[in-house]
Amino acid sequence: MGKYIEMIRIRFLMMLAYRTNYYSGILIYSINIGAYYFLWSAIYGGKENIQGLSITQMTTYIAVAWMARAFYFNNIDREIAMEIKEGKVAIEMVRPYPYLNMKMMQGLGEGIFRLLFFSVPGMVIVALVFPVELSANAGTWIYFFISIGFSFIINTQINLLAGIATFFLFNNDGLIRAKRVVIDLFSGLILPLSFYPMWAQNIMSYLPFQGISYIPSMIFTEGFKGSQVFEALINQAVWSAILIIPVYVLWILAKRQLVVQGG
Amino acid sequence: MENIIDVQNLKKEFKSYSSRQGLKGAFRDLFTRNYTIKTAVDDISFSIKRGEMVGYIGENGAGKSTSIKMLTGILTPTDGKIVVNGMNPHKEREKFVKTIGVVFGQRSQLWWDIAVQESFRLLKKIYNVPDQQYEEHMKDVIETLDIGPLLDKPVRKLSLGQRMRCELAAALIHNPPLLFLDEPTIGLDVLVKLKIREFLKRINEKYGTTILLTTHDLSDIEALCERVVMLDEGKIIYDGPLKELRENWAEGKQIQFQFSEKATLEELQNLTKDHLVVWEQGESDLIWIASVDSDETVISGVIGKVTAVKKIADLKILEISTEEIIRNIYVEGAVRHG
Ligand SMILES: Nc1ncnc2c1ncn2[C@@H]1O[C@H](COP(=O)(O)OP(=O)(O)OP(=O)(O)O)[C@@H](O)[C@H]1O
Ligand SMILES: [Mg+2]
Repeated sequence: MGKYIEMIRIRFLMMLAYRTNYYSGILIYSINIGAYYFLWSAIYGGKENIQGLSITQMTTYIAVAWMARAFYFNNIDREIAMEIKEGKVAIEMVRPYPYLNMKMMQGLGEGIFRLLFFSVPGMVIVALVFPVELSANAGTWIYFFISIGFSFIINTQINLLAGIATFFLFNNDGLIRAKRVVIDLFSGLILPLSFYPMWAQNIMSYLPFQGISYIPSMIFTEGFKGSQVFEALINQAVWSAILIIPVYVLWILAKRQLVVQGG
Repeated sequence: MENIIDVQNLKKEFKSYSSRQGLKGAFRDLFTRNYTIKTAVDDISFSIKRGEMVGYIGENGAGKSTSIKMLTGILTPTDGKIVVNGMNPHKEREKFVKTIGVVFGQRSQLWWDIAVQESFRLLKKIYNVPDQQYEEHMKDVIETLDIGPLLDKPVRKLSLGQRMRCELAAALIHNPPLLFLDEPTIGLDVLVKLKIREFLKRINEKYGTTILLTTHDLSDIEALCERVVMLDEGKIIYDGPLKELRENWAEGKQIQFQFSEKATLEELQNLTKDHLVVWEQGESDLIWIASVDSDETVISGVIGKVTAVKKIADLKILEISTEEIIRNIYVEGAVRHG
């Protein structure tokens, strides 16, 4: 356990070393949120609500979706791909730890850093500028944090899958980029899933992506009520568990396939 | 004494895929791909005892790194049996790697962006080293390698030699009984090389650490290893004491004369016609080199005959260097046994 905490700490330190990169990040996210806010204001154009969400809820949804993204988002898929291509996995294989767990911890270190230095100040700025509504209900906050915990797990497992695929494809930049688009689109980051046509919603309800962004954002905006919240959390928990299987299987196959380049 | 490494009939084949030409070829590649098999390590067997320092040498591409990767559990062998520290490296990876230390000269195992001591601290946690053991052992290591002043610098700011000393320290944080070094002295200056050699000798004496080392710098081997294993195209072509290799190959000696007046080939050949001598001109026509058998009567005979007639300014007897011996073996691709 100690080694995992130490790894989170180290990753945190590394992010701190490059923190100036993040100031520009806050700006970019704020601009994104602003742009969506004006877009949605135009679409609402005086209507009370669309698909059960008021304009304030919509703004809050967009803001929180982007801020949550700062936490669950990480680059470990790219990192794994790079470590494989450059032969750095060799070093990872002579270390007495499970590689994938360690990668996940690095992602977590990154996520915690961004949550503290990025999402929190970002959310304060956004709340001052745009009409977002932060819930006063402690329960909502607790469910929200549980929910983004699952978001992190699901998104990271998908990243691991994309990263490990490098063992078989060798060059999987395309796959990683495609994955990113799919997640931004199907997770409800850009558009709440309730806005998609019914058939698309049906398909997406069988996919893990809604657990990444749609569920925590809906919990935060209180778009989900009562038992809907629990159903949503259970959905996330189930996907977190199910995804362990393909990650594990692919990793076993990959290790057998492992060829270390160079040296 | 027990064997710490035991390798039997170890083999590693790499499949390399080649692409067919043209559109039609690319289409066929989607279904069946052409590949060639490269045997990097070809049926080798050897064992290493506790406390030995063994030099693992061979030309570029001989299969040294590939062997080390299999011995450290990074690559799965195509065939054969490996037992290291009583374990199968690939099967019990996590338990096994706690008992070894590895340095790859060509790649860093420290974290690039953080201070060296942060890397050490993380490794200490990873290997679960108790504080007291860490203090005692690492103090000594840091002192001997003289890296104290480097500890608070990020790795990316270190020079190659500075980094390599830190890498070595990092590989020893858990004080493993077995150390694999793949080209640890690549690109280092003479002083750093000396420091690293001294350090390796010291930990070998102090802790009985077994060391398997690959290098292209034979002076490393001469300074450290009594035994060498020589690889050529994936096969072991020599396994034994370095001394024996020298004795069997360094059969001749060279005598270098520097005359005070000009000498000619015929003149010298004429003087030494009773012995088997090959004369060669050196850097100028005052300097001549006689290659002879390592035989006392021949050596003194040649020197006597020459000096009796010609005035000399300087005289040197040269031994053939290990470097030359190894080069000859690489060229011949086999080892003569004495
Ligand atoms: N991943 C790989 N795929 C295909 N062939 C490989 C691979 N890795 C190594 N080889 C081949 O295996 C052979 C042995 O390589 P290896 O790296 O073990 O050599 P080496 O003895 O360490 O050489 P050097 O002294 O140059 O480091 C080489 O011919 C190399 O081309
Ligand atoms: Mg090599």
